[in-house]
Amino acid sequence: MHDFSTVGKRVPKLDAADKATGRSRYIQDLKLPGMLYGKILYSKYAHARIVNIDVSQARALPGVRAVLTAEDIPDIKMGVYKDNRPLKKGKVRSYRDEVAAVAAVDPETARKALRLIDVVYDPLPAVFDPETAMREGAPLVHEAHKTNVLRMPWKLHYGDVEAARREAAFVVSERFTTTWVTHCCMGTSGAIAEFDPGNNLTIHSNTQIPSLAQKDFLEALAAMGLANRRVRVIKPCIGGGFGSKLDTYAYEYIAILLAYHTRRPVKIEFDRTEEFIATSTRQPTLTTISQGCDQDGKLLFRDVKMILDNGAYTSWGATTPSVMMMPITTLYRVPNVRYEASCVYTNNTYSQAMRGYGNPQATFAIESTIDMLAEAAGIEPLEFRRINANQPGDVSTQGLRITTCGLSECMDAVKAKLGWDQPRSSGEGVGVASLIHVGGGARVYKSDGCGAILKMDDFGKVDIFTGATDMGQGSDTVIAQIVAEELGLNIEDIHVIHSDTDICPWDVGAHASRTTFVAGNAALGAARKIKSRILEMAAKELYAPLEKLVLGNRHIQHAEEPDRKVEIGKLLRKAHFSHGGQMLMAESFYDPANENMGKDFRGNMSMTYTFGAHGVRVKVDEETGKVKVLNYVAVHDVGRAINPMLLEGQVYGGVMMGLGYALSEQVILERGETMNPNFRDYKILTAKDVVPIEAPVLETPDKDGPYGAKGIGEPGCVPTAPAVANAIYNAVGVRIRELPITPERVLAALRAKKGLDLCGIQKGAESAAACVIEE
Amino acid sequence: MARDISFVFNGNNMTARVEDHWTLLYFIREELGYTGTKEGCGSGECGACTVIVDGAAVNSCIYLAAELDGRSLLTIEGLAAADGSLHPLQKAFVERGGIQCGFCSPGMILSAKALLDENPAASEEDIRAAIAGNLCRCTGYIQIIDSIKSVCGDAPEGPRVVAWRDEES
Repeated sequence: MHDFSTVGKRVPKLDAADKATGRSRYIQDLKLPGMLYGKILYSKYAHARIVNIDVSQARALPGVRAVLTAEDIPDIKMGVYKDNRPLKKGKVRSYRDEVAAVAAVDPETARKALRLIDVVYDPLPAVFDPETAMREGAPLVHEAHKTNVLRMPWKLHYGDVEAARREAAFVVSERFTTTWVTHCCMGTSGAIAEFDPGNNLTIHSNTQIPSLAQKDFLEALAAMGLANRRVRVIKPCIGGGFGSKLDTYAYEYIAILLAYHTRRPVKIEFDRTEEFIATSTRQPTLTTISQGCDQDGKLLFRDVKMILDNGAYTSWGATTPSVMMMPITTLYRVPNVRYEASCVYTNNTYSQAMRGYGNPQATFAIESTIDMLAEAAGIEPLEFRRINANQPGDVSTQGLRITTCGLSECMDAVKAKLGWDQPRSSGEGVGVASLIHVGGGARVYKSDGCGAILKMDDFGKVDIFTGATDMGQGSDTVIAQIVAEELGLNIEDIHVIHSDTDICPWDVGAHASRTTFVAGNAALGAARKIKSRILEMAAKELYAPLEKLVLGNRHIQHAEEPDRKVEIGKLLRKAHFSHGGQMLMAESFYDPANENMGKDFRGNMSMTYTFGAHGVRVKVDEETGKVKVLNYVAVHDVGRAINPMLLEGQVYGGVMMGLGYALSEQVILERGETMNPNFRDYKILTAKDVVPIEAPVLETPDKDGPYGAKGIGEPGCVPTAPAVANAIYNAVGVRIRELPITPERVLAALRAKKGLDLCGIQKGAESAAACVIEE
Repeated sequence: MARDISFVFNGNNMTARVEDHWTLLYFIREELGYTGTKEGCGSGECGACTVIVDGAAVNSCIYLAAELDGRSLLTIEGLAAADGSLHPLQKAFVERGGIQCGFCSPGMILSAKALLDENPAASEEDIRAAIAGNLCRCTGYIQIIDSIKSVCGDAPEGPRVVAWRDEES
């Protein structure tokens, strides 16, 4: 094993001290001179014609500087499907639709002005259930689209599923549903936009995609008649992302429009209610799935049909089926696979990317049915999975090339650490679920690249400018560790700058668990260029052959004669302050050699894949249906843990988010309206709900990863729900097919198993009709 | 209506004129200009705005500024020593991964401080109860609890990560 000085160490996050002392500045903390405050008026209906908007009273209110409706702005199209507008014209399609916006001298005046805007609506029939929305004659969310089904044909068929079904000794067919959950970033959304006299835009915004946001805003400027201007995106400190900042949003465009109309900086900052109502969710899904295996438990086919509730508009989230294809085709060895997904317009809130990007929904269906199939085949669930586990060197039907893969070892570790075979008390059970996720970038855009620029000063200190976005996960620190390791410097010698598109190179965004792998490789590329130049300089200085030189402790020394050494800073000063002086700077752009999906959706989306297995021990209270998680083991094949402490943080945080997904979290929409837009009624887990989590890592250094690393941002929350569902089945013999697994659902299943209705009354008994409990 | 109040702010005596309807959070952020205290919900549900008043952790978003009269206020900016060196809790959060996005951190650290001032030998159960009103979406709380435990002498031993296979070795 290599002896690293910085890589593999529990290095504290570079920005942690600033955050611990309250110095870090989030969007909430930023004020610009002359800044106005923007507020947005949302729809009062899920679906309605806008008959008239009267803004005259609002405009007349002292302190108001601008009131905008769709009439006042150019046609700016937003979203991956270009079906959304910053302010809605003609009709509203969901409760979160932006109808008008105000800029005023203070937030209170802006709020007052909103109350003075008079909107007359003519309500339209609405549709809230995607299956209903797919039917002939259902109300159309977008009339011009002619149908509520998005024209995104997510459809693949590899091998022959029907033939395999006929051959299968055991087949399980099931239906699973998942509902809306949301990111709940502790720092709410916000942006400040301002124009200079030449109409160049600067926008301070919470975003995970500075470069793509810049492109979106350039398009908006062009629509405003401001082609060929500049857009500068500055990221403040970000209070959590989890996928929520992977698109650009109406509020950002509205801030831009208000700033343009007032010629002043305009800030829009969401309050918590707005954050719940007007930001997006994970896609609810309806999944029908069947899987079959032969007599020996070898998987023969997987057949999945899925309906996703897209909501009223289309974000990048509508492409989650492209990522769902990965577990559907490649979690375990499956020779015949069919998958078809429809994203369907409804008058609900529109859904979007969220940690795992479709993988949690798909894995819930796959891993629940894997357990059922194992039972049907009479094979122990871990053994069943081992029989079908992916192995290094595999190429799946979809063309995903498995390089390093420690899935079997991860399952062994779960078995040992969870005490799989230990005797269990009544109501106690264990469950397992595995995962595959992209670990080496993910080519879902024309480029999967990231740039890095590195410069050194006269004292051996480094500034590295990266395209990557640190929203709390610690990518700055990992990048600094990689650069420090490569250049023989200490971590405190490295300064990472990531916040500004004017000075940082391009990056496709913080998604797909790709930052350590892609931005890490970009940083490594730049550091290697610098390293070779330093070594050349040192070889001359020390009269030593290049291959004998090693870097470390801010010095370059002769490997065999430690006294022959020179301090890197001294070397740099000498190079700078000589005739024909030079200073060291280098750039690198890393675009992985992964592949876009072809017509049949084949293509090696990622350079490498992260695998893992999660095991959980639960106790189910059969009187109340309440599920208590006793302990949890999450084992991942991470390539290499560049920073074990931050890696554990990703896994712990992911698992707790996954447990919330499994057990407690749901955005409750009643005919399109959010009923629980607050933390009292939307239950994220608290410190009191913490369960003992063990998160050991398996290292399988990947040849393409920086120092062998693979991505680990999302996997923690991917197989959590099916692991819990499988443990509940193991405990009390009921299979829950709906998330979240609330006590009500468990209790109903327990009673149904005993032939009782929800009230605990024998079905068919005279008093049974009185049972009217609704979930 | 407005009134004059006297109070101690991060160790310094101060007087100020406050409107009756101002929350303490508004007063700290907008009038005093200290932004380390965060607003996460504005309704006492998330704890991001936690500050310490007379030794007790309070949600400053549902505490009136006028109530501060005659009391002592500590915000996150007043926790480190005068020379800038971190308070042991701040140091523990930094060194043990207790901070990710950092938005909950000031409130979380101050809730922990109020607990440890009252009970320097707090148990894990005490710690969980003390920070139960401080929501965090990044960390899953595990490393936060570890950070606090390390200050009350009850830290887990050694790192949790164990690598047991390395193909290069």
